Amino acid sequence: MLLECSDLSVSYGKIAAVRGVSLQIAEGQIVTIVGPNGAGKSTLLSALMGLLPCSGPVAYFGRARKPAPSTEALVRLGLGLIPENRELFAPMSIDDNLRLGAFDRWRAGARDMEASLAEVFALFPRLEERRAQPAGTLSGGERQMLAIGRALMGRPKLLMLDEPSLGLAPLIVRDIFEIIKSLRARGVSVLLIEQNARAAINISDYGYVMEAGEFVLQGSAAELANNAKVIETYLGVSSAAKAES
Amino acid sequence: MNSFVASYLIQEGITNGAIYCLLAVAILLVFSVTRIIFIPQGEFVSYAALTYAALREGKLPGTVGFTLALVSVMVGARLLRGIAEGNLRHSLLEALKSALLPLLVAVVVFASAPYVLPAAVDALLAIALVTANGPLIYAIVYQPLAKSSTLVLLIVSMALHLVLVEFGLFFFGPGGARTEPLLDLSFSIGSLPVPAQSLAIYLAAAVLILGLFLFSERTLYGKALRAAAINPLGARLMGVSSTMAGSVAFAASAFIGAVCGVLVSSVTTIYYDTGFVLGLKGFVAAVIGGFVSYPLAALGALAVGLMESFSAFYASQYKETIVFTLIIPVLLWRSMRRRGTPEEDH
Repeated sequence: MLLECSDLSVSYGKIAAVRGVSLQIAEGQIVTIVGPNGAGKSTLLSALMGLLPCSGPVAYFGRARKPAPSTEALVRLGLGLIPENRELFAPMSIDDNLRLGAFDRWRAGARDMEASLAEVFALFPRLEERRAQPAGTLSGGERQMLAIGRALMGRPKLLMLDEPSLGLAPLIVRDIFEIIKSLRARGVSVLLIEQNARAAINISDYGYVMEAGEFVLQGSAAELANNAKVIETYLGVSSAAKAES
Repeated sequence: MNSFVASYLIQEGITNGAIYCLLAVAILLVFSVTRIIFIPQGEFVSYAALTYAALREGKLPGTVGFTLALVSVMVGARLLRGIAEGNLRHSLLEALKSALLPLLVAVVVFASAPYVLPAAVDALLAIALVTANGPLIYAIVYQPLAKSSTLVLLIVSMALHLVLVEFGLFFFGPGGARTEPLLDLSFSIGSLPVPAQSLAIYLAAAVLILGLFLFSERTLYGKALRAAAINPLGARLMGVSSTMAGSVAFAASAFIGAVCGVLVSSVTTIYYDTGFVLGLKGFVAAVIGGFVSYPLAALGALAVGLMESFSAFYASQYKETIVFTLIIPVLLWRSMRRRGTPEEDH
């Protein structure tokens, strides 16, 4: 298992944002968490990334680690997170943003910067055309591409993406999901949080439904796609109609 | 005033301005990476000058004791935190890692103090020892407060300044120190004599500023530091911890302060508390730069230096007053320009 937690809770002061969540991600899997705004999905990712303290042990890459590793230690282990608002270095060039994605590996002695850059540029040719441009001048879709490219520069084993399609035009959303799907072939497993439940479940192996801080439902992608409650709440009327016919 | 006096004053103003410029750059660097307004920047100057002077006289500088004290406090604090958090082994390892380099430098300085070494070697030793104190001070004082507001950090900086001045008195004594210039030469431009030490100061300022620029624009470490200043969360997700960035920024600021200290020790007599006023003028220059712009801060530093040397000529007893009054129109101008922009809560 790349990541395994049981009975994990995260609190902001007295308010429990995530309560007793159990989650497993195996190597090569794409796992999705769907749920409404404020269900605690982003909080869960932050806790898994070591950005928020949580109760309940988390095992990363097959080993329970105590004390809970710091964010920097998790990056070193091969965990990546692309937060909802991307957190790019806006005044710095695309090139610098990407290089910084490999900072930790570079510090650990890896010297494959140019090869990694070439790989990312092969995936996102548009970034190469604009490599000298500041990241802050990019469009929403390009920013998401840069965020994914920067994360891939770190060669993560498990990449967590928070709402990668948020605020993007439909055509670009399709591209982004194609790319996420292709990550598996590169040996990157994915934990995905999405409001666009249909697209997310389509590319996933397994999924969880999160409501009010708890997992209320889980199952393989096919099971979720056929679950009446999921269809009604997250996949919308059109697919419900399709399921009936 | 004839043109000779004017050109003499200009030359002195530029020399002082170059020192203020370096200090302003150090203050800006620390602020942009850590949000700390580092008032004690000038203390690095006096510590380095007094260390260098002691080494020149073949005496053991008080800085060695100071460094050892800092190392023990840092290790002790880390161990206590380790016990509280239940990961003693990890904390011990981390503490020893941070202690290694300062201890090494302290031992080298301790061993070489009684010998008469070339001035350049003494200068390097003094700079190395003071530089090692930068990250230690960060680890002891600021790292536990990393999440505090800028105001809290400012108050802590004020307190730290007072503590460091008193430590300076304790470790170096009340006597002043003045050293021979590194290069005892003098050139003249026209009829104006230019001491080589002034040229060394211009050169050091130019090299350090160029070096910092190249470091932050051309090296991955420098970019990581900038990234941590621009977007701490984004940087953390790349494995750039704010602790590491803070440590590097403090090492750089101590290094710059130490270089200034060695350079000015031959221009003026340095006491344990001299650094404060120098640092404060660097601070005024940084304020002129709006605490964001390095080029504006550099111009501000030159303005401060020139203003100081001319006011020393016309109204010497008001020289400091005039320089520090400069900050008021600048703040007014800055606050006018800021009107309409939303107040940011850093």
